[in-house]
Amino acid sequence: MEAKTLFDKIWDDHVVHSIEGGPDVLYIDQHFIHEVTSPQAFNGLRERGIPVFRPQQTIATADHNIPTKDQDLPIKDELSKKQVEQLAENCNQYGIVFFGLNHPDNGIVHVVGPELGYTRPGMTIVCGDSHTSTHGAFGTIAFGIGTSEVEMVLATQCILQTKPGKMQITVNGSLQKGVTSKDIIMYIISRISNSGATGYFIEYTGSAIREMSMEARMTICNMSIEMGARGGLIAPDETTFEYLNKIPLITGNPNINNSFKKWQNISSDPDAKFDKKFKFDASFVKPMITYGTHPGMGMTIDDTIPLAEEINSESTGSYLKSLDYMGFKPGMKVLGHPVDYVFVGSCTNGRIEDLREFARLVKGRRRASNVTVLIVPGSKRVEQQAIEEGLAAILNEAGFELRQPGCSSCLAMNEDKIPAGKYAVSTSNRNFEGRQGPGARTLLASPLTAAAAAVTGRITDPRDLLR
Amino acid sequence: MPKVKFDVLESTCVPLPFENVDTDQIIPARFLSATSREGFGDNLFRDWRFDKSGDRNMEFSLNNPDYRGEILVTGKNFGCGSSREHAIWAVYDYGFRAVVSSFFADIFKNNALNNGLLPVVISDKLLKNLLHLVHNKPDTRVRIDLHEQLFAILPSGEHARFEINPYKKECLIKGLDDIDYLLGIQNLIKDYENRINALK
Repeated sequence: MEAKTLFDKIWDDHVVHSIEGGPDVLYIDQHFIHEVTSPQAFNGLRERGIPVFRPQQTIATADHNIPTKDQDLPIKDELSKKQVEQLAENCNQYGIVFFGLNHPDNGIVHVVGPELGYTRPGMTIVCGDSHTSTHGAFGTIAFGIGTSEVEMVLATQCILQTKPGKMQITVNGSLQKGVTSKDIIMYIISRISNSGATGYFIEYTGSAIREMSMEARMTICNMSIEMGARGGLIAPDETTFEYLNKIPLITGNPNINNSFKKWQNISSDPDAKFDKKFKFDASFVKPMITYGTHPGMGMTIDDTIPLAEEINSESTGSYLKSLDYMGFKPGMKVLGHPVDYVFVGSCTNGRIEDLREFARLVKGRRRASNVTVLIVPGSKRVEQQAIEEGLAAILNEAGFELRQPGCSSCLAMNEDKIPAGKYAVSTSNRNFEGRQGPGARTLLASPLTAAAAAVTGRITDPRDLLR
Repeated sequence: MPKVKFDVLESTCVPLPFENVDTDQIIPARFLSATSREGFGDNLFRDWRFDKSGDRNMEFSLNNPDYRGEILVTGKNFGCGSSREHAIWAVYDYGFRAVVSSFFADIFKNNALNNGLLPVVISDKLLKNLLHLVHNKPDTRVRIDLHEQLFAILPSGEHARFEINPYKKECLIKGLDDIDYLLGIQNLIKDYENRINALK
């Protein structure tokens, strides 16, 4: 038999039908929806007069536009309120489980899926959100889709997809102190570029990946889309099984032993062929930061912004426009640059481990007076755990406040906006123009680098504070 | 999904000579709170078209009265970032029927094809020539023939074949959509489910 990659195996297992010369009809095991990209899909079902085909295979949560304070009060923004109410109504009408505001399982869709056990090895998972790639950390084919495709999944549990190419990214070596998985993925993106993986699905492998926790792996897979890839996945191993073994939804399943046995064999064949391969050494990676307006514009925190001459001449115009937006110049350093805002959270870095890292660095220090800090847990469970572990107390003592869960300042659909012209160190995934509010200037970084900025008020190498 | 047909399009172009235009620029997140598909064109490229006080930025090509037409011509990696289909609805609602670039982000391309907006990929060189021509002569007309998969700059005669999946091409020409197709094979989907459940 022909050697197959893990991606091939899962994909091939889910092909219902292949259209000649066209896309495959791919069966979707698990579908997640949220308030922003689903209403038009439900409207489509109504116009066609058809039901949701497999309502038990869709889970809904409200996350994108919700406030991260006073969640027990009605949502102030009328349009956001209407959108969340619409989702509740749609779920009610079609029999879909919905984690609304204040539900103990509410949170960012890519945080709650894994933590509740809806994300399991070998699955196909989609959601109307490009960071669905996060779930790939569990050995799944998980990717973002548009609203028309959300409607397809609701209507038929399938979508039409052309099989992407296969890319392998190997990361060996051990992470230096003060370096996190966020820095690793930002480093990879800076090397491969923001479009270098377009048309591919990535498998991450290598000793550095193997040594990572599930949370760290989710951060890696989460940002696959920032290289243009549809998704990224990691073969399940003991770390995965240990994580899954703590989840009631999984351990409560009577077939659990069979499942674990099956999951143990989910991996690429040793001689499987990839269309493209990259290899990186994690031990060379230092804390990373972005200086421009897409995630490919990243560098080591103490580096200088590339000169225009170092950029492909065709791209110089876009490059300078980007730096101009940021208020930066070629050749300058961002280290030491004053910071106005810090955002910790999102589906990239809003998990318990991220809050632990942030708390570890700020413990015994104080918030810098010039910085406004938003710390937003990824879910109600993360929020609860942060309180129980004493992280919330550490944050309070250092002059910070733990807010309530949601996507928040990552895309600033709610009130958590960064004002025009202000600089924000953000643990999220996108530094696009206006992403965190019109005119906002975003510098992506790890939770440790965010913590260093929060206590010093400047772009600071977190390693200087960990010594 | 709206069922629209695409056949042959001949039009002048609107140039947007930037690379890596992400979907947050096409339609900023703060305008995603609607629950219908209509009206997104008003906020297409909102923060580039309008300044902070809400006045038109006359330097931006969409506000330049010289540039008109149903074809948007833009730099590589157009539509990267968020999967929001609202970006397509905005481009379409504004009046564009095709986007020409040397490279599109994956999700944007899929979303476009699902809404009758044709993404046309041409070479870097041809794109550069086209942008240059349109800049100098805004009345430059372009012809996109989906049947023949042919892209042509009419005054210069430069032309190139563009790629499109044969299934998607047929859908666009006939005005069919994927949901109709999937609903038509529901028996195959149920067979698949039965096969999988038997293995469990």
